[in-house]
Amino acid sequence: MSLEKTIEDATVELIRRAVTRLPEDVMMALERAADAETEAGAKRELQAMIANVREAGRCTLPMCQDTGIPLFFVSIGPFLVKNLEDILASAVRRATVEAPLRKNVVHPLTRNNSGDNTGVEIPHVSYSFHDTDYMEIAFMPKGAGSENMSGLAMLNPSQGLPGIKKFVVESIVKAEGKPCPPAIVGVGIGGSSDMCMAMAKRALLRPVGSESHDKELARLESELLEMINRTGVGPMGLGGRCTALAVHIESASCHTASLPVGLNIQCYAARRATMRVYPDGQVKFGGD
Amino acid sequence: MEYHISTPISRQAAESLKAGDTVFITGTLITARDKAHIRMAEYFQSRKPMPLQLEGSVIFHGAPIVRGKDDGGWEIVAIGPTTSARMNDLQPPVIAHGARVIIGKGGMDRRTLQALHDYGSVYLSMTGGTAVLGARKVLRVKGVEWRDLGLSEAVWVLEVSDFGPLTVAMDAHMNDLYEDVRNRVSENIKGMEFK
Repeated sequence: MSLEKTIEDATVELIRRAVTRLPEDVMMALERAADAETEAGAKRELQAMIANVREAGRCTLPMCQDTGIPLFFVSIGPFLVKNLEDILASAVRRATVEAPLRKNVVHPLTRNNSGDNTGVEIPHVSYSFHDTDYMEIAFMPKGAGSENMSGLAMLNPSQGLPGIKKFVVESIVKAEGKPCPPAIVGVGIGGSSDMCMAMAKRALLRPVGSESHDKELARLESELLEMINRTGVGPMGLGGRCTALAVHIESASCHTASLPVGLNIQCYAARRATMRVYPDGQVKFGGD
Repeated sequence: MEYHISTPISRQAAESLKAGDTVFITGTLITARDKAHIRMAEYFQSRKPMPLQLEGSVIFHGAPIVRGKDDGGWEIVAIGPTTSARMNDLQPPVIAHGARVIIGKGGMDRRTLQALHDYGSVYLSMTGGTAVLGARKVLRVKGVEWRDLGLSEAVWVLEVSDFGPLTVAMDAHMNDLYEDVRNRVSENIKGMEFK
């Protein structure tokens, strides 16, 4: 079998895995949240979430009807694959039928549905280059409920850390139950307007429980998580202790005159899956 | 309190539900999302006869994953709620035309709360994303209207059994759980120092 065909087949499986099972770290965080919750209503919401995810996994069915728009994050290793984007698009078309996925991709103005979850620039592919002996492909089906609550703040440098905290906490409060909390909160600090938004999205790929390599940012992650969970928005915005499962921050250097902050939220059904493709055609799926 | 109710739902039955109660619904459920609400508004405006029975109905905010069956029928693979607030502008007339229960997630605005009060209806919250459990409660697809809106956004008329658990989040007596949470949250963040 050609490498192209191997990647296409494996990507169909990658998508199926992503939409039918939650990564172990997310599931464990949900279970911890359910145990810690003292309000009966909030506990019930979390238990329903957990029961649904388990049932989806048992039956290999999409856990949520919103199977999102398809986003790929490709880390290029030691080799290139011709027409990679065509291969990924073709896998999305097949997964739409085989998983099945809901047909979510439309023209932004006419709202005409392509019927196969592909379109202009969709699936979206982000690239990075790493010195590895494999190519890594991560898939994230991004639902609209959480995506619609994204935010960008072009702060003044003088607003500093307090400004960042205020923006993040107030955005989560304003979102209420819409992004299906308890959420994973992705924050991008620095760079430019587009860079911080992309960092915020990429931050959602990190496992729950991981912390930033930068000590300062790691401290800010845990401080923001604690503040968000003190707001009391709670599971599905119906009140409770757990509003976020994690806060993940990525950062980049920026202009002396600006402090861009991007916010991207992922719902509790924080679906993602990764696989590694080796030059000989071997494929290894990630543990998540 | 926990209630098991059947469609069509009377005004009296809806009015007896209080914010915080748990509800399971048996009978007919009608899915309607953004496009279907716009279509309904067009029908109300032009006074065209509606192909849907709204009096005593249950409107479900969401677009299921639907799969064609070999016998030509349809199978609901996954069905969970979408964000109801997107329908804020279009909801009150639907309630005025008899929708007695709205199911969704995240709650709706003051205009909807007022309409629920004026016409004796309720808004029920379903846990977001619980689409496999939701599909378990669908017995069959009774029909589909407005297929031109697309397979997911079309209006699916479903027969359900004990669909739930659903939480009465906005009742017919101006009680709104989201408003209660909003008030508590604003108290909680008042004391927060951003430094």
